[in-house]
Amino acid sequence: MPPRANLRAIALHAALILGAAALAVPIWLAFVAATRASADFVAGDVGWLPGPHGFANFWTVLAAGDSADGLPPAWPMLLTTLVVALLIALGKIAVSLPAAFAVTYFRFPFRSLAFWTIFLTLMLPVEVRIVPTFQVVADLGLLNSWAGLSLPLIASATATFLFRQTFMSVPDELTEAARIDAAGPLRFFFDVLLPLSRTNVAALFVILFIYGWNQYLWPLMVTTEPRFYTIVVGIQRLALAADEGTAVWHYVMATAILALVPPVAVVVGMRKLFVRGLVETEK
Amino acid sequence: MAGVTLRGVKKRYPGGFEAIKGIDLDVPDGDLCVFVGPSGCGKSTLLRIVAGLETASEGTVAIGGRDVGALGPAERDVAMVFQNYALYPHMSVFDNMAYGLRNRGAARPEIEARVAEAAAMLDLSALLARKPRELSGGQRQRVAMGRAIVRKPALFLFDEPLSNLDAKLRARMRVEIRALQRRLGTTAIHVTHDQLEAMTMADTLVVLNAGRVEQVGKPADVYARPANRFVAGFLGSPEMNFLDGEAGPDGRIDFGALGSLSAGAGARAPVSRKVVAGIRPENLAPAEGDGPDRLSLTVDFVEELGAARLVYASREGRRVVVHTAAHGGWAPGAPLALTAAAGDVRLFDPQGGAALG
Ligand SMILES: Nc1ncnc2c1ncn2[C@@H]1O[C@H](COP(=O)(O)OP(=O)(O)OP(=O)(O)O)[C@@H](O)[C@H]1O
Ligand SMILES: [Mg+2]
Repeated sequence: MPPRANLRAIALHAALILGAAALAVPIWLAFVAATRASADFVAGDVGWLPGPHGFANFWTVLAAGDSADGLPPAWPMLLTTLVVALLIALGKIAVSLPAAFAVTYFRFPFRSLAFWTIFLTLMLPVEVRIVPTFQVVADLGLLNSWAGLSLPLIASATATFLFRQTFMSVPDELTEAARIDAAGPLRFFFDVLLPLSRTNVAALFVILFIYGWNQYLWPLMVTTEPRFYTIVVGIQRLALAADEGTAVWHYVMATAILALVPPVAVVVGMRKLFVRGLVETEK
Repeated sequence: MAGVTLRGVKKRYPGGFEAIKGIDLDVPDGDLCVFVGPSGCGKSTLLRIVAGLETASEGTVAIGGRDVGALGPAERDVAMVFQNYALYPHMSVFDNMAYGLRNRGAARPEIEARVAEAAAMLDLSALLARKPRELSGGQRQRVAMGRAIVRKPALFLFDEPLSNLDAKLRARMRVEIRALQRRLGTTAIHVTHDQLEAMTMADTLVVLNAGRVEQVGKPADVYARPANRFVAGFLGSPEMNFLDGEAGPDGRIDFGALGSLSAGAGARAPVSRKVVAGIRPENLAPAEGDGPDRLSLTVDFVEELGAARLVYASREGRRVVVHTAAHGGWAPGAPLALTAAAGDVRLFDPQGGAALG
């Protein structure tokens, strides 16, 4: 290898290693903290290497809870979060696929108005409209319910756009071939469009699942019952408790690490489809 | 099975562009009709109007005597092969062929029998489980043909189905499609911009230009008696030689410095008039002896084709091409005297290009 190319490769790798490290170090520190005892935090001596309390801490956080510190077990919260994230991700996909189908393939009156209305909602994430949305959800009696948790987050301009883009990249000839093959709009949607958009659906699912998983403000507002606590809300409550005296930082960190596992699992599990969905342009 | 009748068909695209400017056409039952013309002349548009993928702005389309103006593509009983084949990428070869039958509610055993039959005809039997991306270009082309024939439609529509194939395969598929269409006896409209493909495949040749029909007829007739200069130039490769000349009362065409040739009886004009003489490259031959019918030129260069050769010659900036099987002293720079039989000299009006006589 000529020395110049060598240098280039070294520089590239150095940059990649640095970037990866910058992302990994905080996670490593959180993991280390999760394996320590409460006393280590009081002494201010946490260090860089895992301590001996890892299994005990994770077990306490996940399953047993710790009534002395007012710590509930995390697994019900993980389950709640999983349900919410799935509802949001699948709901968004279920709503935006037909919406994109309609604005891409049908000429109906006020089509562009419908299109721009969807476009406008891009500028109104739930954080911006939280007071009126809360009002509506409360009026509908949906506080402390799965519907209240997920519905207001489901309408999705982003997903509609992405699918519209995907559908527009499907060659016209394929649509015409399907018309000649006597496939009506629904058949065409389910037999041709949906299978062709498979990777895009997968990529979007990953992104939306993480979006749903990380929801904080909205679940905090619409739920007061512990059974609807999501894991992020749980972490926040734990952190509050840790701040107020009992130094349960090892539990906070253990919970944080646990909260990381499902989204990472989703990303890793769907990695292949995800990457193909993002980079594939050819149909 | 069905013939196709077009009456006064026009197509204006949104935006005002008139792609089809009024076409009347009858395609007899069982015929292989080829639409040929340069790029952008409206071949695809016209085919898509017949398919029902595009609606005519004016005029009527009838298939098998039935006005199909109000019917969608699925109800017209037509099958189409697209230029890029438009196979469903996620379906196997079998499913690609079966899809149209399934949507029409055919029973499973019948679907399997028909697909098997079509696959055998097209030599696809071993490939039924593959996805389109696992096939070569020629195999994809055959799957697209298969998808059309399993349906046993009244009419085949082919939009440049061979243009993505290499020259050898194209020549073979030309013959195969021709034979298949004969065997099935199904009326077919085949679109191409390749004049050789058009000549070799067509029962009826339809030459289109700028949204109009220039000429309809059997390929040999159209080739031998082009209705105008456009058709004469479009068919044949290399292109027909066109030379400006003057037709006199004696039926001779005077080309000035190049010399003169006698033309058929139709060339006789009471008074001298300007004409364009068209002579196909294969109808020019070296002049023997020193008769009056000769063009005197200088050889520019020779293109060797193996079985024959193209000799390019010119004089005073006017160039002709000769297609000849003869080997001989075609040295660049050598003088060359050419002649043509009177019947092979076609005359065209310099204005408008209509054939004279
Ligand atoms: N959707 C459209 N809107 C406006 N003009 C169009 C449209 N489709 C085609 N045209 C125009 O109509 C004319 C005929 O198009 P068409 O596709 O029928 O040509 P073609 O003869 O099939 O050419 P090619 O050999 O290149 O396929 C062209 O000039 C084209 O620009
Ligand atoms: Mg075309």
